[in-house]
Amino acid sequence: MKKNETEIMAHPLEDLVRMERIPHIWCPGCGIGSVFTSCLSAIKQSNIPYNQFTMVSGIGCSGRGAGYINIDSFHTTHGRAIPFASGIKMARPDLNVIVFSGDGDLFAIGGNHFIHAARRNMDMTVVCVNNLTYGMTGGQVAATTPHKAKSATTAAGNSETPFNLPLLAYASGATYVARWTMLHARDLADSIQEAIQRRGFSFIEVLSPCPINYGRRNKEKTLETLKKYHENTIVKNGANPAELDVDFNKGVILGKFIDIDRPTCDELYRKMYWPQEQGTAENRKTG
Amino acid sequence: MKSQVLTGEHFINGDEACAEGAIAAGCKFFGGYPITPATEVAEQMSVRLPHVGGTFIQMEDEIAAMTSILGAAWAGFKTMTATSGPGFSLMMETVGLAVVTETPCVVVNVQRAGPSTGLPTQGAQGDMMQARWGSHGDYEIIALAPSSPQEMFDLTITAFNLSEKYRTPVFIMSDEIVGHMSEKVIIPEGRKIKTFSRVKPTGRKDRFKPFQPGPLGVAPMPAIGDGYNVHVTGLTHNEKGYPVMSVDIQKEMMERLLGKIRNNLDDIILTEDYRLKDAEIVLVSYGVSARTAYTAVEEARAMGIRMGLLRLITVWPFPEQRIRDLAKKVKGFITVEINMGQISREVQRCAGIVPSFIAGHTGGAVVPPDDVLKIAKEFLA
Repeated sequence: MKKNETEIMAHPLEDLVRMERIPHIWCPGCGIGSVFTSCLSAIKQSNIPYNQFTMVSGIGCSGRGAGYINIDSFHTTHGRAIPFASGIKMARPDLNVIVFSGDGDLFAIGGNHFIHAARRNMDMTVVCVNNLTYGMTGGQVAATTPHKAKSATTAAGNSETPFNLPLLAYASGATYVARWTMLHARDLADSIQEAIQRRGFSFIEVLSPCPINYGRRNKEKTLETLKKYHENTIVKNGANPAELDVDFNKGVILGKFIDIDRPTCDELYRKMYWPQEQGTAENRKTG
Repeated sequence: MKSQVLTGEHFINGDEACAEGAIAAGCKFFGGYPITPATEVAEQMSVRLPHVGGTFIQMEDEIAAMTSILGAAWAGFKTMTATSGPGFSLMMETVGLAVVTETPCVVVNVQRAGPSTGLPTQGAQGDMMQARWGSHGDYEIIALAPSSPQEMFDLTITAFNLSEKYRTPVFIMSDEIVGHMSEKVIIPEGRKIKTFSRVKPTGRKDRFKPFQPGPLGVAPMPAIGDGYNVHVTGLTHNEKGYPVMSVDIQKEMMERLLGKIRNNLDDIILTEDYRLKDAEIVLVSYGVSARTAYTAVEEARAMGIRMGLLRLITVWPFPEQRIRDLAKKVKGFITVEINMGQISREVQRCAGIVPSFIAGHTGGAVVPPDDVLKIAKEFLA
């Protein structure tokens, strides 16, 4: 046997992963790893140098994403990834800022920050892993949990109504809005890449299973969830955001819904506030 | 380019002086949210920052304001926010993140009377213990208390310098009275203002550990994009910055965080003595209350009472040793502060068996010097 046949080939994304931190914390059957992989693929295929990126996460299972990517990365407080990222972006508009976090983090505790960053057209890419629950704390009801679904805090089913996240993003002023599932790995990677390479506030919702804390309670095995992602979804680019409720009985609409170009928060601030001579590199030196 | 420092004599209020101090210290980012009586700091920063190549943003709440300055600090800039009691409460969780991620930043609290909405337009010093213990967990913090608009300028620069030197958030614990009081403020020439900026790492990037202590127990700090690929987390972490859920790493991290303040007290603690040499009664005061205390000392001396003042410029870390030393030779302490017992408890703790009193006030006004004299006379009688 030749020596090189016994060697394990490096994973093509290994240069973007903090390999010394593997294995990761995500459960078997969890979809976050797939979403994370698509995100890394997007970064790689953008051909932008890695040190021009930074990733910010909040708290929760998806919030651990920032801990595994091998670029400058920040694991902040619960719900505050977006304002942390906004501080980075406004101070250093040259950086490509990605927020990678979960639905609970971004839309319950962090909901206020999300709508304001969208309104400002803060130039960042927000990838929201939506697993319909609070996974890390054991499966409590979330702002995205479907009506009637069971959770650790809604034993008889969720009496509330979930957010339609793309509609919320659109109504708040997001200039790029898309939705995929973790099963749509290539579409998702391409979408994240597109978001990275355009200017403005880009929001990508990614449906992803939480078999341990959501699936079990709702009698849904991972493969069944994936089957739903495959069979009960339809790609409809440009769909009306008002029709994007997550209801697998009706069929869930995926695709790119919004893609509008308008000046970003940092561009407008500098244009309106900075005297001409301030734009020079000399004045933007750090420290 | 317009000068970064407005050298000259000015008649401005404390909040504006604070903003000018920040500009002079090299602050380039302010994340704010309006709140009485700190709003003027944000307003002044919004006007001044664009002229020095800086950025002002008004965030959606104080949580976002505080968080944004941490992001901007890691982007490589000196950053600040300013608020008052209710906003200070909202910022507390993020203050903990700043402490544990060793992110330099300056947080100004122009105190008003609380609790809750309280007296928004009237001064108090009721957040002093919140400054020390407001975020959860165990930590050390630096807090400075300016007594005049001039000190709002001077100490804001000191706050930035300490923050950059020790990679820690630093509080300016001002109050409505000093914040809204207009006095002469002398701004020196820019080149005569001492400023300190964080130490940047050098050497091999792949071996760099962003939380490995160097001199003073502080690690050099790179900016995003410098190529060090740092990971920064609020979880307990090792010197590399990676989360480790262990008792040992918690101990190692905490000892370093506490140690960088506790082992450098002489550098951090600033106090001022006034007629202390022969004093038998020592007033301990800070911020606007120290102004009352000066008057009380003068009036007591005129009555033949040997009174002196220890003014705390640095309130946290608390100058414990100084109080202990004074306790060996004085008859008693009176802490003058606009609350019902915060710093006075620290004084009492360090005074041991020496009697310690408070000339306090529930807030909304200064402590009248007569209140101080009354306590002194009753004690000596």
